[in-house]
Amino acid sequence: MFARLGFPQPFLSLCLFLVWQLLNDGFSGGSVVMGAILAWMLPQLTRNFWPERPALLKGWLLPLYVLRVLWDIVVASISVARLVLSPRKPRPAFISYPLTLEHPLAITMLASTISLTPGTVSADVSDDQRILLIHALDAEDEQAIIETIRSRYEKPLQEIFL
Amino acid sequence: MQAFAEYLIAGLLLIGGAFTLIGAIGLARLPDFFARLHAPTKATTLGVGAIMLGSVAYFTVSEGQVHVAEILITVFLFLTAPVSANILAKAAMHIGVARTPETHGNPWDQ
Repeated sequence: MFARLGFPQPFLSLCLFLVWQLLNDGFSGGSVVMGAILAWMLPQLTRNFWPERPALLKGWLLPLYVLRVLWDIVVASISVARLVLSPRKPRPAFISYPLTLEHPLAITMLASTISLTPGTVSADVSDDQRILLIHALDAEDEQAIIETIRSRYEKPLQEIFL
Repeated sequence: MQAFAEYLIAGLLLIGGAFTLIGAIGLARLPDFFARLHAPTKATTLGVGAIMLGSVAYFTVSEGQVHVAEILITVFLFLTAPVSANILAKAAMHIGVARTPETHGNPWDQ
C-alpha cells in the first residue's frame, strides 16, 4: 500500500517541480507547495502509461550532456546558416547508423540530439531498434559523421542510461 | 535602463532576427524536402533562443526582478522540434518525396 504512495519516477518529479517553478517566475511559498503536489500527483496518475522505468545509472552526468548539446546547437546553427548563405550546393546523404543503445528513452534522446545538432536530422528507427536512419545535409564523409555521433553523443548516453 | 543592458538586449534581438531570417532563406533555397527540414530545426532554434534571452534580460532589467518563464519556451521548442522533424521525414519517405540527384544513400522502403 505505502509502496504506491512514493515517487515512482524521481527524475520526472524533479522535472515537473522545476517546470512549475519556471512557470511561476521563480520560487515562492505557493509555487513550491503546488509544485510539490504536482510532482507527486502527475507521476502517480500516469504510472500505468510508462511500460518500464528508465534506469538512470549516472544521472549526474545528464546536465553535462545537456550543456554539450546546447553548445553544439549554437555551432550547428552557425554552420547551417553558413551553408544556406554560401553559393555552393550541399551534398545530402541518407546514413544508416548502427545503434548500440538499447533503452527506448536513450534512443529517443540520441535521435533528438542528432536532430538538433550539426547538419543531421534523424529520420527513422528500424523496427527492431538496431538502426537509426539519419539524413545529413552536407555529408562529405559518411563514416566520419557516424564516428562523431558515436564518440560525442552515444558514448555519454551509454554511461548515463543502462 | 543602463546602456550596457540596452546594447546586450539589442544585440540578442538582432542575432535572433538574423538566424530566423536565415532559416527562412534556407527553407526557400535548399534543394529538396529533406534538406529543407534542416533549416527550421536548427537556425530557427537558435533564433528563438536568442530572442528569448533578450526577453529575459529586458524584463529582468526593467522590472528589477528575475523573469525566467521565457526559458520554458525554448525548452519546449527543443523537445518538440526534433519530434516534428522526425515525423515530417517519416511522412516524406512514406509517400516517396523526390530527392535531389546528389543525395547519397537510400532510405529503406517502408
